[in-house]
Amino acid sequence: MAKKLESTFANMVIVLTAVSLVAAVSLALVYNITKEPIAKAKLKKKLDAIANVAPAFDNNPNAEMFKLPAFEASPGLDSLEVYPAKKNGEIVGYAVKTYTMKGFSGLIELMVGFKLDGTINNYSVLAHAETPGLGTKMTTWFKNEKKPKRCINGKNPKNVNLTVSKDGGDIDAITAATISSRAFLDAVNRAYKTLEQGGKYE
Amino acid sequence: MNNWSNFTKGFIKENPVFVLLLGMCPTLGTTTSAINGLGMGLATAFVLVMSNLVISLVKNLIPDKVRIPAFIVIIASFVTVVDLLLAGFLPALHEQLGLFIPLIVVNCIVLGRAEAFASKNNVFSSVIDGLGMGLGFAFALLILGATREILGSGAIFGYKFIGDNDGMLFFVLAPGAFLALGYIIAIINSLRKA
Repeated sequence: MAKKLESTFANMVIVLTAVSLVAAVSLALVYNITKEPIAKAKLKKKLDAIANVAPAFDNNPNAEMFKLPAFEASPGLDSLEVYPAKKNGEIVGYAVKTYTMKGFSGLIELMVGFKLDGTINNYSVLAHAETPGLGTKMTTWFKNEKKPKRCINGKNPKNVNLTVSKDGGDIDAITAATISSRAFLDAVNRAYKTLEQGGKYE
Repeated sequence: MNNWSNFTKGFIKENPVFVLLLGMCPTLGTTTSAINGLGMGLATAFVLVMSNLVISLVKNLIPDKVRIPAFIVIIASFVTVVDLLLAGFLPALHEQLGLFIPLIVVNCIVLGRAEAFASKNNVFSSVIDGLGMGLGFAFALLILGATREILGSGAIFGYKFIGDNDGMLFFVLAPGAFLALGYIIAIINSLRKA
């Protein structure tokens, strides 16, 4: 076995610099290779969510995105992204990227689709850190059409009180995850009120 | 020590999770389901093999007094590579594991094997050691993840076998991780003694 390099000051500086240089160069290479797939994966996720929640459209909502000032905004998150869905040039609805800070583990991001009269078309959960097995159920809980007390799809926040039944509302919360359910509905309400404030309903 | 026992020691005899009790943070944090545990285990195994390989190659070029910072830079680079690759090509898994991927850097197993094995042995046995330890770690996380998923959600690899009911949610939450791990360690210990 070859002898180890002595721990002299010069050796240490040279070796650490060399190690860091090699690491930096290889990381830059990998970053460049993966930059495009990462951006694509992110975009695809967003487009899938829009297609999933908005009424059927034939335009490119991502290209026509605009921002509206958020209703009861949290600090630093003062506008929501709105993606208009159009069919044959006529606007048919919106997909709104909304959020709440009230989740059991903070931020929850949703994409909620509205028809022109304000009826909720569908929703999709973009990001959350809720408890597995409890709060995570929100990805399907509120769109179960067999259980009308849970389902928010097809309801219009104008005539339905979108809060959990425990707080006097019309929606059944997820069993053992009332905080997550409140947060979820808070985000949906924020999307609805933001569009209302922006005068987007007919 | 021959290569075979060098490889297999990571599974039972010196299993990093069940016997050495190393890397508890990602073990408890990511094993809410079998697939998450396996993903985390394989990501760690990859980092372990690559860092063992590189460190055993350069061990004579690194002065003793700066070996820890040098090892950490090497390990951190591989972890970042894994992080970027997962984000680009397996975004769903990346989202699940999230915070825990960067934490592989400070996983004691990786630095532990670099320090205890790769810096003293040749390239081939270091890679074997990394492979055995890494797969042993993945194996442990898979067992723990599967146990928690079966008990907690009544499912295995996302396939639900108890209909629309809930499992014992307790096992999906953090305290359940400690409990399940404790019982598995007890079982492994009695197997090792037998």
